[in-house]
Amino acid sequence: MERIKHFFKSFLLFELLKGMKVTGRYLFAPKITINYPEEKTPQSPRFRGLHALRRYPNGEERCIACKLCEAVCPAMAITIESEQREDGTRRTTRYDIDMIKCIFCGFCEEACPVDAIVETRVLEYHGEVRGDLTYTKEMLLAVGDQYEQQIAKDREVEARYR
Amino acid sequence: MINIEINGKQLEVPKGSTVMDAAKQLGIYIPHFCYHKKLSIAANCRMCLVQIEKAPKPLPACATPATEGMKIFTHSDQAVLAQKGVMEFLLINHPLDCPICDQGGECQLQDLAVGYGESASRYQEAKRVVTNKNLGPLISTDMTRCIHCTRCVRFGQEIAGIMELGMSGRGEHSEILSFVGKTVDSELSGNVIDLCPVGALVSKPFRYSARTWELSRRKSISPHCGLGSNLIVQVKQNRVMRILPRENEEINECWLSDKDRFSYEGLNSEDRLSKPMIKRNNQWITCDWQEALLFVVQNLKACVSQYGGRAIGALGSPHSTLEELYLLQKLVRGLGSNNIDHRLRQSDFRADNYQQGIPWLGMPIAEVSNLKSILIIGSNLRKDHPLLALRVRQAVKSGAQLSIVNSTDDDLLTKVAQRAIVAPSELVRTLAQILKAIIEYRYVEIADKIKETLTKVNVTDVTRAIANNLVSNQPAGIFLGNLSQHHPNYSEIFLLAQEIAKVTSAKLGVFGEAANSVGAYVAGAIPNRKLGNLTTNGEEVGLNAIQMLNAEAVSACKAYILVNLEPEYDTYNPQSALERIKGAEFVVSLSSYKGNITDYADVILPIAPFTETSGTFINTEGRVQSFNGVVSPLAEARPAWKVLRVLANLLELKGFDYETSEQVCTELLSDYGNVADHLNNRINEFTVNLNEANVNGIERIGEVNIYQSDPIVRRASSLQLTRDAHYPRAIISPSLMEKLGLRVGDKITIKQGVGESQLEVEQSESIPDNCIRIASAFNQTATLGGMFGEVSVKRM
Repeated sequence: MERIKHFFKSFLLFELLKGMKVTGRYLFAPKITINYPEEKTPQSPRFRGLHALRRYPNGEERCIACKLCEAVCPAMAITIESEQREDGTRRTTRYDIDMIKCIFCGFCEEACPVDAIVETRVLEYHGEVRGDLTYTKEMLLAVGDQYEQQIAKDREVEARYR
Repeated sequence: MINIEINGKQLEVPKGSTVMDAAKQLGIYIPHFCYHKKLSIAANCRMCLVQIEKAPKPLPACATPATEGMKIFTHSDQAVLAQKGVMEFLLINHPLDCPICDQGGECQLQDLAVGYGESASRYQEAKRVVTNKNLGPLISTDMTRCIHCTRCVRFGQEIAGIMELGMSGRGEHSEILSFVGKTVDSELSGNVIDLCPVGALVSKPFRYSARTWELSRRKSISPHCGLGSNLIVQVKQNRVMRILPRENEEINECWLSDKDRFSYEGLNSEDRLSKPMIKRNNQWITCDWQEALLFVVQNLKACVSQYGGRAIGALGSPHSTLEELYLLQKLVRGLGSNNIDHRLRQSDFRADNYQQGIPWLGMPIAEVSNLKSILIIGSNLRKDHPLLALRVRQAVKSGAQLSIVNSTDDDLLTKVAQRAIVAPSELVRTLAQILKAIIEYRYVEIADKIKETLTKVNVTDVTRAIANNLVSNQPAGIFLGNLSQHHPNYSEIFLLAQEIAKVTSAKLGVFGEAANSVGAYVAGAIPNRKLGNLTTNGEEVGLNAIQMLNAEAVSACKAYILVNLEPEYDTYNPQSALERIKGAEFVVSLSSYKGNITDYADVILPIAPFTETSGTFINTEGRVQSFNGVVSPLAEARPAWKVLRVLANLLELKGFDYETSEQVCTELLSDYGNVADHLNNRINEFTVNLNEANVNGIERIGEVNIYQSDPIVRRASSLQLTRDAHYPRAIISPSLMEKLGLRVGDKITIKQGVGESQLEVEQSESIPDNCIRIASAFNQTATLGGMFGEVSVKRM
């Protein structure tokens, strides 16, 4: 009985039709492919892209060199050196993130007590020579300055879940 | 012994122990802040509340004595509830600034808050804020964080001997303060940083430079004073970030002097040498090791062939390691010279030929606290050996009678029973008086020669009281400090101290000036190896430090090898030392720092300080302590033992095939046997003349400032800002001020030998008449002559 059933199934190309059914369904369904970079997919406010160092509205950098992000970083991508600044506050003299090591887990952002290091929605950046993707404090602050509005908006939206 | 039960476990504890002690014995941790095993019990933090059966309320474990049949529950619901309540109160006023607090990561409050704190505070009212205090260049404050455990206050009162911090106000208004306008200047002040369970008192030089979890902890030994304190050196990225004490009950307990703790700044000094340098045609050029070493070899060989091996003199620092000094002496002796010494500030070597062994402390360091009578001769103990002063303070606290014979009346911060403050030239006579008083007191047989000289001595009340002290309180200890060792009549002082010790059956000890003072003898870095009880094979006695550097010496050396020292600061008489060294044909200096070496050397070889080399120190009680390098050497600096080994290879000397410093140490110590067998403070009696010439002019009392004693400390920038490290001054007694018509703040010109120096006058009652106290080892006083002797004073 089983053998007869199998014979008819293969003879009538039943399996092929089953496959064609799936193909046919996608042929008429709305397309999800987009024309990157002209078109872009929507991003969540929780998107974890390029890092940025933020400032307070008065221009003072937020980072206090507590080094919690450095400690929590599973890829050990962050290097910080600190000192007492002339006004007596604790500040970094060096804040490097090696984007090649970074696995974009977002732990640094989560560890930060002052919301200084954040991950932005930016995902389009590249390096051309070795060392290009080691972001220094100045570069990270510049990213922060450029996208501050977006960063602040995203944090506000997410505030009630934190 | 009494039987108690903690958390259901039975144990026996000695009578009088507290619940905290008992729990510790079982390895049960009871949370606490104010309790510290070396301090008195305050019981004011209330964190150690535990439940005790039949007690209506929880009781503090640190202050509750254990009684027979007591049943204690450290983690019961009642105990934990009480501890949580206390924690909530402590956190009311504690700021939530852990991310910027240097204590973060090693904070007891932080740790316990994880165990006992709530995740959110119920406290809604305003938190209190306390202004920060200026406690000097070593301690940084954040007083809002203080939880009023009063450990720092008790440390000052009980350990450091001076209450520089105290608590004022009550309840919420209580504050830890120093005296108005005063800073914390104790030479042990750094310990309050370790004691503080929160981040209220933290290290100023270390402030904000690293977090604890980034630092690796490596063991080391302090290269400064003779104790050889055990250290933990904390390192980040090949740089020494800070130094903490490593507990060793027999040496430094859990304390560390500021000198040991903060001298690490000198290791990262700008003055460090990174490359060998050669002087060619009066121009200093940096070069590679090959060139520098060949230059040294060529010049040493030329010197040997021209003048013979004896024209070479070597001076090693007692702060250098055993291996370095051993290889130095082996190299120099291989070249045919016995001119080697490490006793750079000693001026009287007459006792050398009579010495029976290596001078040492005479007893283990820990035993000093158990003495009942102590006589300290010529020592600025607090500044020269801060942790030995602590032991003496402990002894006095438990009833010892302390007597002082010294030329300066410095505050020892403890009760001194008798003090004889006399001019340096009177020191010997004062000791003779004490000896005579003891003999008068109870008839004892002493050598006729000495007896004869004693006839002319008149005993004063003070010396009779000191004698009485030594005789009637046992065990007694007699110690010779740095001032005695530098004194031009050291032999007489030593001999008389020995006689006094003999007739009172006291123990005689010598406070080792540097970390390796005993080790240098063991290594043979002495002109006469018999002194270290080493086999001499009949070799002749070489020149000692004073002969090599004294301007009057007939047989000056033509070439000098200097290891780890700066002759203008580290010698008895910098004036003549520099003259000798500058007059030599060839000088090679192995040093970590550039300093003024370019003024007199021909080659500078950069060597690694103690953190960058492995080695061994033998401390003043004869304890052999080896250590490893904790960081790799800076740039092209190399460990001195390696440099000396390669130098010896290039000089074609035999027996220099070492590959590790352990091999050097093993070779030395396996021949030598047990170091303790060679320690002996006895000197055979030799004729001494007690009738010293009276000094007519003004006498200099030389000393070495606490923060000028060795090249590393001299470059520790924060220590140089402390009050102890002040600009050198001429300190004069009021009567001499009057006689000379001087006023405080006047500038005077002091002339000694051929050099002179301009210093400000300071008046002090602590100086005997006709004396002037001028510290050596300062740039301003390096032009003067010996540390003792006559000086002339002129008003500018």
